[in-house]
Amino acid sequence: MTDLPIPTTTASDRARDIRAAVESRLKTRHASERRFKLYGQLAIAIALSFLVVLLGRIVTQGASTFVVHSISVQVPLDPAKIDRTALEGVNYDIMVADAVLAKLGEKDDDYGTKSDAIKDLMSPDFGFQLLNMIKADSSLIGKTVTVSGPLRANADLYFKGEIKRSSPEEERTLSNQQLDWLDALKSSGAVTTGFNFGFFTKSDSTEPEQAGVLGAVVGSAMMLLVTAFLAVPIGVMAAVYLEEFAPKNNWTDVIEVNINNLAAVPSIVYGLLGLGLFINTLGVPRSSPLLGGLVLALMALPTVIIATRSSLKAVPPSIREAALGVGASRTQAVFHHVLPLSMPGVMTGSILALAHALGETAPLLMIGMVSFVPGVPHGFDQAATVLPVQVFIWENASERAFHERTAAAIMVLLVFMILMNAVAIVVRRRFERRW
Amino acid sequence: MPMNRDDSASHEAVTASGEQTAPAATSGPSVKIRARDINVFYGEKQALFDVAIDIPEKAVTSFIGPSGCGKSTFLRCMNRMNDTIPICRVTGAIEMDGEDVNDRSIDPVVLRARVGMVFQKPNPFPKSIYENVAYGPRIHGLATGKEELDAIVESSLRRAGLWDEVSDRLLQPGTGLSGGQQQRLVIARAIAVGPEVILMDEPCSALDPIATAKIEELIDELREQFCIVIVTHSMAQAARVSQRTAFFHMGRLVESGPTDEIFTNPRDSRTQDYITGRFG
Repeated sequence: MTDLPIPTTTASDRARDIRAAVESRLKTRHASERRFKLYGQLAIAIALSFLVVLLGRIVTQGASTFVVHSISVQVPLDPAKIDRTALEGVNYDIMVADAVLAKLGEKDDDYGTKSDAIKDLMSPDFGFQLLNMIKADSSLIGKTVTVSGPLRANADLYFKGEIKRSSPEEERTLSNQQLDWLDALKSSGAVTTGFNFGFFTKSDSTEPEQAGVLGAVVGSAMMLLVTAFLAVPIGVMAAVYLEEFAPKNNWTDVIEVNINNLAAVPSIVYGLLGLGLFINTLGVPRSSPLLGGLVLALMALPTVIIATRSSLKAVPPSIREAALGVGASRTQAVFHHVLPLSMPGVMTGSILALAHALGETAPLLMIGMVSFVPGVPHGFDQAATVLPVQVFIWENASERAFHERTAAAIMVLLVFMILMNAVAIVVRRRFERRW
Repeated sequence: MPMNRDDSASHEAVTASGEQTAPAATSGPSVKIRARDINVFYGEKQALFDVAIDIPEKAVTSFIGPSGCGKSTFLRCMNRMNDTIPICRVTGAIEMDGEDVNDRSIDPVVLRARVGMVFQKPNPFPKSIYENVAYGPRIHGLATGKEELDAIVESSLRRAGLWDEVSDRLLQPGTGLSGGQQQRLVIARAIAVGPEVILMDEPCSALDPIATAKIEELIDELREQFCIVIVTHSMAQAARVSQRTAFFHMGRLVESGPTDEIFTNPRDSRTQDYITGRFG
């Protein structure tokens, strides 16, 4: 063994060298840590800004829906103009227009051009109101009645600033004369501004000012009920069987792989299945909440099964052993002990699966829910529409006023989804148990 | 301090070649469980080799041995808990009162009402104390009304020495008790179905010494009525609590006999080595 050279540096020299080396690297290390934090914050800022832009656009586009301009008109019901034997055929809109003309203090010409122009500003709903009033009480003929409600969509848009006087007259839907009349009505106090409760109490309509989301909301709720009643019990039972009772062999492996894959299948494929199987073969009524619920239940089923299985797996085996040790059968052990303990996870998974189903559009379009449904469905087999499809229909509509209503409907849909997710979180927190 | 009396005189040992002498007929308390030719396989791996033993009733039998020697596996054979493990295969006969419990025609649910089990880590149901004890009698239909069920719950909790501590909070969750109380609750739960045999798999290993002492006292009281089999890592506990002891090693039953004989005068060298602490 050769002699090692005697080190020339002392212990304190070596300590000083180490300290110097560490300190020289310290700056770069701190700098890279700061940079990393900056990248993280930048990523969050970008994601948040996307969210803010998206929500901001929707809210700014849709907020104006909730303001509505209404008018109240006193219409004399001239018996000469009303044929009692053919009430439906009477031109009530002209009567309303004449009443408004009179209010403005103008007289019509022989061709009735002025009352035609005024008619464009009044909602056809006024005419229906008159018809219904007379039908209910025919003694009203000869008296003066009051109709009230929103102005026609174009007039409403003018007051909201969407239709401007500054743009050339040929490019507008309202003539200068009509704008003058509207200004006169507004300044005389005949036109009032208020919150658009009608948006929530009315269903779809060809007239934008009469259109609301009630039909779509009720349709969505009914469809969700069907989905929940089908997907949750079947999914939970299937998961319990697969997890607790099924023998572990190749067959169950194949089933498990298939279920996991089904959860990733594009939703429009379920629409095709609905079209082929439910409508054509089984004859389920087209565009009904029942049909929509069936299709979406198929879609939600794999998610419910997967969520239930992982909740069951999370229950410690000591609970099962304790139950079996006391002489419970396997079924009793599962249903009396394991399943109740896994309920929070099952509920959370189910609610999230249902919230997902709520926003599905593609499969519902395939099964014919694009139809125009002007009212609330009265049964699960009646024609209905749902919120996402309503958004789709309104987006494709030609009237300009539907533009703001599309955004408002999206807001309603988002509120629904936030509520359901909040319920899922509350359920999970409240029922979380520690063994 | 309980005396470790044992009336049976039999003391079996395994010869060096691995064969076990057949247990002689005992003259003391009658045999409750008679196991012969028990072999247990986990898939391809064999865990128990030709185990044969007699377990007397109204006495405590303890199984001792190093980790992984198969004592818990054998314990679980006696109430068919190994059925829950798909790859586990048990051959041989375990006779209780003349019936082979290993026979596939015996319903394990009925068997487990006759043979109760207490596990290593206390595992009360996450339900109320009352529900914990009442669950077994309820599913087996042992009570025909609420008063009868209440009576069963109270007597089980009294026998387990827990009644005085919990009688005023029966509806509170069982998981809120201390470790020692939970284990006594589990024992009360096992007693409530009226078993003939109680199997205990290291019941005190998760408890502090004071709780352990209470459980050992309880075991001593219970042995007047039940046949108790206890697996334990602590030789001191085996010496304190049991009347017969069986020593397992690497899947074989090496030696079994009266506790004081095993500890003072073991016949097999492996037993001697284990007891003196040379391994395990």
